[in-house]
Amino acid sequence: MTDNPVQKDTAPAAVPVSKSPEAIKAIPVRHYGRWVGGVVVVALLAGLIYAFSEGNINWQAIPETLFDPSVVKGAGATLLISVLAMVMGVVLGVVLAVMRMSKNPVVNGVSWLYIWFFRGTPVYVQLLMWFNLGLIFEYLNLGPFYKDEMTDVMTPFMCALLGLGLNEAAYMAEICRAGLLSVDEGQTEAAHALGMSHGRTLRRIVIPQAMRVIVPPTGNEFINMLKTSSLAYAVAYTELLRATSSIGSRSYAVMEMLFVASIWYLSLTSVFSVFQYYLERHYAKGSSRNLPPTVFQRIKANFSGTRNGGVSV
Amino acid sequence: MSVMVKSEGVHKSYGSVEVLKGIDLEVRKGEVFCLIGPSGSGKSTFLRCINHLEKINAGRLYVDGELVGYRQKGDKLYELKDSEVALQRRDIGMVFQRFNLFPHMTAAENVMEAPIQVKGVSKAAAKERAHHLLERVGLGDKARNYPAQLSGGQQQRVAIARALAMDPKLMLFDEPTSALDPELVGDVLDVMRDLAESGMTMVVVTHEMGFAREVGDNLVFMDGGVVVESGDPREVLNNPRHERTQSFLSKVL
Ligand SMILES: Nc1ncnc2c1ncn2[C@@H]1O[C@H](COP(=O)(O)OP(=O)(O)O)[C@@H](O)[C@H]1O
Ligand SMILES: [Mg+2]
Repeated sequence: MTDNPVQKDTAPAAVPVSKSPEAIKAIPVRHYGRWVGGVVVVALLAGLIYAFSEGNINWQAIPETLFDPSVVKGAGATLLISVLAMVMGVVLGVVLAVMRMSKNPVVNGVSWLYIWFFRGTPVYVQLLMWFNLGLIFEYLNLGPFYKDEMTDVMTPFMCALLGLGLNEAAYMAEICRAGLLSVDEGQTEAAHALGMSHGRTLRRIVIPQAMRVIVPPTGNEFINMLKTSSLAYAVAYTELLRATSSIGSRSYAVMEMLFVASIWYLSLTSVFSVFQYYLERHYAKGSSRNLPPTVFQRIKANFSGTRNGGVSV
Repeated sequence: MSVMVKSEGVHKSYGSVEVLKGIDLEVRKGEVFCLIGPSGSGKSTFLRCINHLEKINAGRLYVDGELVGYRQKGDKLYELKDSEVALQRRDIGMVFQRFNLFPHMTAAENVMEAPIQVKGVSKAAAKERAHHLLERVGLGDKARNYPAQLSGGQQQRVAIARALAMDPKLMLFDEPTSALDPELVGDVLDVMRDLAESGMTMVVVTHEMGFAREVGDNLVFMDGGVVVESGDPREVLNNPRHERTQSFLSKVL
């Protein structure tokens, strides 16, 4: 920008370029506190590392079991149940949000009741309820369509899916409602004035704009879901925690296997965080004059040494 | 049938507050009909009743001979379904004070949206038409810009192009230049003047008395939800007969 010829007329023309002022040679303020703080933190970290190295830990067990087929399968199950429960949560959440904004008091009330119950009770309790549903209903009887023993229907997978997904829907409903409310009423009016129906206005105009508000907290919800899915352990669904724990109790490497689980959880959440960044960027379309640079653009900018804004990481 | 809008005793209340207290007026086809009046006098509300963004409480409102928002059988009125209301609105373009462009779409996409979604026009045809219309409002080179990248005056011209894309028979303007910096007002008024010359029927709520005087075929002064005075714009603006009109004009001119 500095060598832009258009800007030269803004430079004051009549400043005398006499002797340049003497460069300042001052002694900078000494931040002793920072040094002390730094030393203390490093010392504490060193102590922690030492403690672990002295601990009774079988480090070997970690790389040996990290890619154990049952562990990988468990991680896959964690990812699967998280994605499916999240999809269920988002779809049902949108429906509940639209219901919650309905002028029909019955529809509105049903949505309110749903959110009240599923948000007001622990998800762990909900999971156990699905798991034990067979105790009060021997059969699942959907009239002429379907009839089966409850214990056959409520497999560990179904319990986990319903427990996590239905609970998530209550949270997603509130997130979606906030997103829909964030869109200016003028947008709906403009769309209606053009002859667009309610449905089309919602789909084409309101929801895409609401997404900007909905996506970031939804990303957080998904990261939460990746971790909360470990509660599915309790309904006998073999996800990551259950897979690692069963190795742990067989081989007496309980802590080691918890480390393995943690490594997997961290990897899953980290990978998703990157994905989330791009998703947010997609829905920021048109919202600001310049889109934030992607990670690759930033790296490129760092190497090519351009001074355009948004480079500092 | 030479009448485009016919309003007979239109009343509108919000709760217990009566905002329109019996509006009678006629807008003829091809004319530029100006609505002026102090803030809060019900101009926007009346405009929004014309395309049924607001439901009226009493009276009758017709656009091109068709009852707006209702169907009359004998002496009973039946509310139209949403889809039928949408059908009526297709033919009525509206331009808002605050533009209300769709911020997640480019200028061209804003213009293409309704023809594609509502009329089922093909994407290619809609695109070509959009470029034509943007050209017409002097923004041929801004087709790929998002609204946030355009000035207020440019946004309002895109909004006009967006309304024109539905080939409306009537255009409603609600203070289209009130939110603009003074130096941008002229461009928008130029576009509206062109539109008037092309024979479009226009109902314009405005504070631009110069525009009303020059382009307007008819002018109505509203105050407190009633029509106080109406007639030829030059006549009303130069020799207002009512005291309320006089005092309003003395403030704005
Ligand atoms: N949605 C609404 N609810 C309640 N009162 C409203 C609403 N819209 C407008 N009003 C009231 O109606 C009156 C007329 O408003 P409006 O038609 O916007 O006036 P104008 O456009 O002439 O300034 C104002 O007093 C305003 O406060
Ligand atoms: Mg107004």
